[in-house]
Amino acid sequence: MTGNDDKHLPLEDIHTAAGARFGAFAGWSMPLTYPAGVMKEHLHTREHAGLFDISHMKLFEVSGPQAVALLDRSCPLDAGALEVSQSKLTFFLNEAGGILDDLIVTRLGADRFMVVANAGNAIADEKHLRELAAGFDAMVEPLDRVFLAIQGPEAWAVLSRAGIETGSLLFMHGVEPRKNWFMSRSGYTGEDGFEIGLPETDARDLVAKLLGDERVLWIGLAARDSLRLEAGLCLHGQDITPETDPAAAALMWAIPKDTRASGTFIGADALRAAVERGPAQKRVGLKPEGRQPVRAGAALFDADGHPAGHVTSGGFGPSAGHPVAMGYVAAPLAKPGTRVFADVRGTKIPVDISSLPFIPHRYRKG
Amino acid sequence: MAKTYFTADHEWLSVEGGVATVGITDYAQEQLGDLVFVELPETGRKLTKGDTAVVVESVKAASDVYAPVDGEITEANGMLSSDPSLVNSAATGAGWLWKMRLADESQLAGLMDETAYKAHIG
Repeated sequence: MTGNDDKHLPLEDIHTAAGARFGAFAGWSMPLTYPAGVMKEHLHTREHAGLFDISHMKLFEVSGPQAVALLDRSCPLDAGALEVSQSKLTFFLNEAGGILDDLIVTRLGADRFMVVANAGNAIADEKHLRELAAGFDAMVEPLDRVFLAIQGPEAWAVLSRAGIETGSLLFMHGVEPRKNWFMSRSGYTGEDGFEIGLPETDARDLVAKLLGDERVLWIGLAARDSLRLEAGLCLHGQDITPETDPAAAALMWAIPKDTRASGTFIGADALRAAVERGPAQKRVGLKPEGRQPVRAGAALFDADGHPAGHVTSGGFGPSAGHPVAMGYVAAPLAKPGTRVFADVRGTKIPVDISSLPFIPHRYRKG
Repeated sequence: MAKTYFTADHEWLSVEGGVATVGITDYAQEQLGDLVFVELPETGRKLTKGDTAVVVESVKAASDVYAPVDGEITEANGMLSSDPSLVNSAATGAGWLWKMRLADESQLAGLMDETAYKAHIG
């Protein structure tokens, strides 16, 4: 049930008309499921094209002569090394190296960047970035956009039919195809797909066109969660938090080598020390034996019954056909195939450490 | 002849000869969404009204189903181990959850009939 203080999506009327069931997420009233239901929505996305309203997420434009320097200070990133249109997963870290948020940064021009932030952290992110920007010749502008994701193997084809050609755009690249539009080939499902930020009027027009295509179905947050979990992608606030650093979260691949060694981003010293020490716990995939899902918060134990870690996300993977989960285990146990046990309402469920993703990514990389 | 009762927690009970077959209503299964697992109770377990009898798990969440009255479990619906989606497709039929021998039939008086339940869910 959603509270009175929840923010409402600009296209809420369209979701209501589509029969969405709403719930609260990160301060927003969001469509959780549509009449097709989470299972069909999930499978449809992997087979055809799923349309998601992710306008709860926030786009910021960072620009100015020192935009690169601002981003290099704010994130473990070599912003100057990004080519125009190239996107990169990065983070805001605290001084202890903990992850305040995960972000996608795209270079739009010589001194212009798009930053996409998570809904729940958007206000804190803006404050953080503005405070840092005070020391640089750079501007931070939050954009008022509808943000849509279209994901799945037919995403490119349905966009093409709707008049949007995506041909030369590759995974983790973003462009501005029209005035006040931002379109990147990226997503949160493990499938080929796109995220498009655009003004509300344009969004209503695009949504109408897309929904006229039988290959397109609205997909709610419930399936968004099962899709990203199968794809092994982290949800900030659950799988990564200010208490976890990129080393423990197994996300060091997002940080360029030179930046790790000599970057002057916030949290650099703490992160270097954490890497030096080696993380006590590591993020891993977890595959419960049998059919019973293991949920976030469940404690994990080793074969001798000693505490071994905890589950941070868990549910059923409709495409995997079995329960899937993610969590942190003591580093020596973090090898795929290691068996641990999850406490579910007093019963110990065998769980095997699994490599991620559960469902292979199908990104269009070239 | 069996008589059917409903609870405010969206369960139904079909009572015949002192034994109640218990399930969740169609309204409840719709709210829960696609079920992927049902944790069934052991036969012989004694339940007090309000105890968690069964846990139904959807893709997204786990939800408790409470004992609507006192009694002892006489059977659990084993079909649900292999096909939990029966609760979605046939909530008031093949998707029943458990059967229990009633300890105190007078507790049924506190439950709703179908008309009252329909008014309850609006």
